Amino acid sequence: MIEQNLILILVLLPFVGAIAASTISVNSRNAAAWLAALVMLGGLAALSALHAQVAEGRVPRAVINWIPALHLNLSLRVDGFAWMFVGLVLGIGLLVVIYARYYLSKTDPVPRFYAFLLAFTGSMIGLLVSGNIILLVVFWELTSLLSFLLIGYWYQNPAARDGARMALIVTALGGICLLAAMLMIGQIIGGYDLDLVLASGDLIRAHATYPVVLGLFLIGAFTKSAQFPFHFWLPGAMAAPTPVSAFLHSATMVKAGVFLLVRFSPALGGTGAWFFAVTGTGMATLVIGALIALFRHDLKGLLAYSTISHLGLITALAGIGSNGAIVAAIFHIANHAVFKASLFMAAGIIDHESGTRDMRRLSGLMRLMPYTGTLAIVASAAMAGVPLLNGFLSKEMFFAEAVEWHNGTWLDNALPYIALVASIFSVAYSLRFIMTVFFGPAPVDLPKTPHEPVPWMRRPVELLVLTCLVVGIVPGLSLGPLLNMAAQSVLGPETPWFSIAVWHGFNTPMIMSVLAMALGAALYFAFAMRISDGPEGPPLLHRLRAQKMFERSLLALSWKWPRVLHRLAGTERLQPQLRLIVLAAIAAGVATLWAGMRLAPQPQLTALDPAFAVMWAVGALCGMGAAWMAKYHRFAALVLLGGAGLITCLTFAWFSAPDLAVTQLLVEIATTVLLLLGLRWLPKRKEEIADDRLASARLRRLRDLAIALVMGLGMAGVAFVVMTRPTTSNIGDWFLRNAYHEGGGTNVVNVILVDFRAFDTLGEITVLAIVGLSVYALLRRFRPAPESAESPIQQATDAPRLKDAMFVPSVLMQWMFPVMIVLAAYFFFRGHDLPGGGFSAGVTLAIGLLVQYIATNVRWIEARLIVLPIRWMGAGLLIAGGTGMGAWLFGYPFLTANAQYITLPLIGPVPVATAMVFDLGVFALVVGATVLMLIAIAHQSLRIARIRAQDEPQPSEQAAE
Amino acid sequence: MMELVLSLAIGILAASGTWLILRPRTFQVIIGLCLLSYAVNLFIFSMGRLTVGRPPIMPKGGFVNPDAYADPLPQALVLTAIVISFATTALFLVVMMASRGLTGTDHVDGQEREP
Repeated sequence: MIEQNLILILVLLPFVGAIAASTISVNSRNAAAWLAALVMLGGLAALSALHAQVAEGRVPRAVINWIPALHLNLSLRVDGFAWMFVGLVLGIGLLVVIYARYYLSKTDPVPRFYAFLLAFTGSMIGLLVSGNIILLVVFWELTSLLSFLLIGYWYQNPAARDGARMALIVTALGGICLLAAMLMIGQIIGGYDLDLVLASGDLIRAHATYPVVLGLFLIGAFTKSAQFPFHFWLPGAMAAPTPVSAFLHSATMVKAGVFLLVRFSPALGGTGAWFFAVTGTGMATLVIGALIALFRHDLKGLLAYSTISHLGLITALAGIGSNGAIVAAIFHIANHAVFKASLFMAAGIIDHESGTRDMRRLSGLMRLMPYTGTLAIVASAAMAGVPLLNGFLSKEMFFAEAVEWHNGTWLDNALPYIALVASIFSVAYSLRFIMTVFFGPAPVDLPKTPHEPVPWMRRPVELLVLTCLVVGIVPGLSLGPLLNMAAQSVLGPETPWFSIAVWHGFNTPMIMSVLAMALGAALYFAFAMRISDGPEGPPLLHRLRAQKMFERSLLALSWKWPRVLHRLAGTERLQPQLRLIVLAAIAAGVATLWAGMRLAPQPQLTALDPAFAVMWAVGALCGMGAAWMAKYHRFAALVLLGGAGLITCLTFAWFSAPDLAVTQLLVEIATTVLLLLGLRWLPKRKEEIADDRLASARLRRLRDLAIALVMGLGMAGVAFVVMTRPTTSNIGDWFLRNAYHEGGGTNVVNVILVDFRAFDTLGEITVLAIVGLSVYALLRRFRPAPESAESPIQQATDAPRLKDAMFVPSVLMQWMFPVMIVLAAYFFFRGHDLPGGGFSAGVTLAIGLLVQYIATNVRWIEARLIVLPIRWMGAGLLIAGGTGMGAWLFGYPFLTANAQYITLPLIGPVPVATAMVFDLGVFALVVGATVLMLIAIAHQSLRIARIRAQDEPQPSEQAAE
Repeated sequence: MMELVLSLAIGILAASGTWLILRPRTFQVIIGLCLLSYAVNLFIFSMGRLTVGRPPIMPKGGFVNPDAYADPLPQALVLTAIVISFATTALFLVVMMASRGLTGTDHVDGQEREP
């Protein structure tokens, strides 16, 4: 139990910290830094509490079931490998937090930085300890998203925006491929549990889709770890603040890819395809990264390509996959994180204090900043692989694997030579970094005069460099136990103990190291001048800019090609689009129903009531009449539409659906009023439109008529066939049987709405609220067409007579107001047991209010009665949502309803159901939304009157226009 | 034969509605959508078969025979549909008004068809 909580703290604490940091005032730099540092320390404390268990080879877990049926659980596990990696992330994270406090300037929004950094740390830890491969992908994508925010932290800078976008596109696309791979693995082995996946390596490798799974998986890992040919986003990400680079490109973001390769090597590795793809890519990246790094003039650019190269090394080791190679890979993950973080920080200090990162301008800094210079020299020596430093040890192990491990392929035979070449470049660029920046003549013409930074900005670098030395000199005592713990968790408990020694004797790897150092130094000194005079990048290759190619293809994909496609196959006109939709609907109906749809052998028919037939004869005429009149006689069409609506309403009443009849009637009234209000703003249509008589227009109408007839015939046919079939028992029976026991109401339709399917209703009222607000927002910016702006003829000429004619109806309507309120209350309270409910009550009250607007005028009514529809809507949503959440207090899922009878003194038992409270929320929201829409439209006349009043006194202005 | 009448009614309303939503004037489209929503609501409702005089109002307690009542599920669905189609009609009406104000025409494309 304790360990479960510790793991949850480990993952959740950074996210909580991130939320807390985002609420801190922009100016409190220290508060945010302290918070971030404490969160990192808290994480380290939780991690160290888990150490004892992990060291014994056990795997502490925390599992929260989510959807067990789909094998989707929030499962977290900390094994040795994850433990070591999390330690690395938190440790370097802590140092980065301290460093960033002094690196960021006063004008930067510091709390935002720490909030992103903490959230990123949380997602990285989540990724490392996920015990479910889908959860792993979720955290994987979170790291992509947060690295986007971190790289783009200085969003005023276009380079930062471009770099962040490119990083996001590349890594998130990789993440999608990874998700596909994980889903396929889940399909193969029937579950998403990481332990199950790692144990099912043979099953996966033998499956027919293994090559596809492998390809998708590797695209995910390679994009994240910036492997060739996806390496190009990493240099672009150097536009980030240096603490971000020091964190993302040493210990975390890019290491996620190699983490994944090492972690999944038992499940996917060990095949020829794995070896060629992973080791091949790794070796190519190793050489290319080291080669380009030598030719970069930008300090961070050099470090970026060096990072790519070292990631290639780790990838190559993961591809070899022997025990020694995996140990070396894990070892190098840690070593590279330590020395590269310190180098990034040192580069940041140089940039911070001198104002430039260009190696052609920097020179002789050793005199001005001796401490920083010494630290950077030691760290770059570790990068170059100089003995007695940590980089040397893992590099030696890499050489040893390259030389000693064999599977007989050409790539295997070439490994030592490729490794040697890359190593020569690596020595050369490390040397270049040291020689150009720290030695040589004193610098001239720098933006700032460099000097040593504040001590606390240097402390993190000192600690990291000290780690390089300690691990390099006494590896067995310092990192040895952790390394073996991590290796055993990847390779299995039977893995032999690896002892790491500084001195292995004078063997082949040692000769290779000496050769690399000698040749690297020679290479650098021979070409130093030519490199610094040359372009930014290796000869010839610098013309091939992967970033440019990426930008160009992105432009083609997202802009040029879609436009071509749109021109060829698209239309912006509504009619063809709607026609296509209707035709597609007909086609879908025919395709699915044509084969199986037959009339039942003995159609069940109800005896015809002639009144019903007459009723629908009228209804059909109304419908067709509305269709006929809608173009030139809008008012008539509206009346006919109302007729068809009334017949529909009667039909519901006829066939045992009183709730529907009530709702349909009320909504019909509201719709008609709405459309009447809208009629005023449409253009007058007195003359016939000339084009209507053209042959092409007639042909169009004929074609649409045919489509409409097919649609109508199809709907009628399907309806008839289904209606005459006997029913089968269905879910409706369950609702009928359980409405009273479970829902505490006798009106089953209402119980379904507010209890059984209350979540749907909650969604529906939310839609209603959104529509109400959209209507309101649209009308705030509404500008009517000029000819609609005048008063209607009736109002302009007959105003006094109109008022007289309306006198009696308006008095009646005002008297009706209390009656309608009572009616609304009546509908509401009987709703759970008899026809009625929140919807119909709400529309009734809205109509009551609306009638008052019609009876008098807007100004009169609003002087006496103020409706605040938005408050009604807000209250309604809160009540409905709050009722749902109330169920949590009693330990039930969201929106669990409760019904019982409460005995009140004198009155006796009274039914009380939480569903009624929910219904109250529905009621309030429906009132608010309906009134909001109707009033917003009605208010347009007022606004127009106001605009007219403003315009009239200045006729000269209009003339001037 | 009530079924035949109702299915014919559904067909006629659906055909009128479909014809109207393919027309070029915004008001025609809005009337068409209303007619189509009647047709679709009736269609969904009719999937529960036609029952006369047996609304789904239960007795309080006791055994319930589901065959003695109309199917409540299509009714609940249609109730939701009625309210939502009201909301979409309102939204479409306002968009129609705004588009007319902006473009000066009531053609659905915001411009008259090119000759």
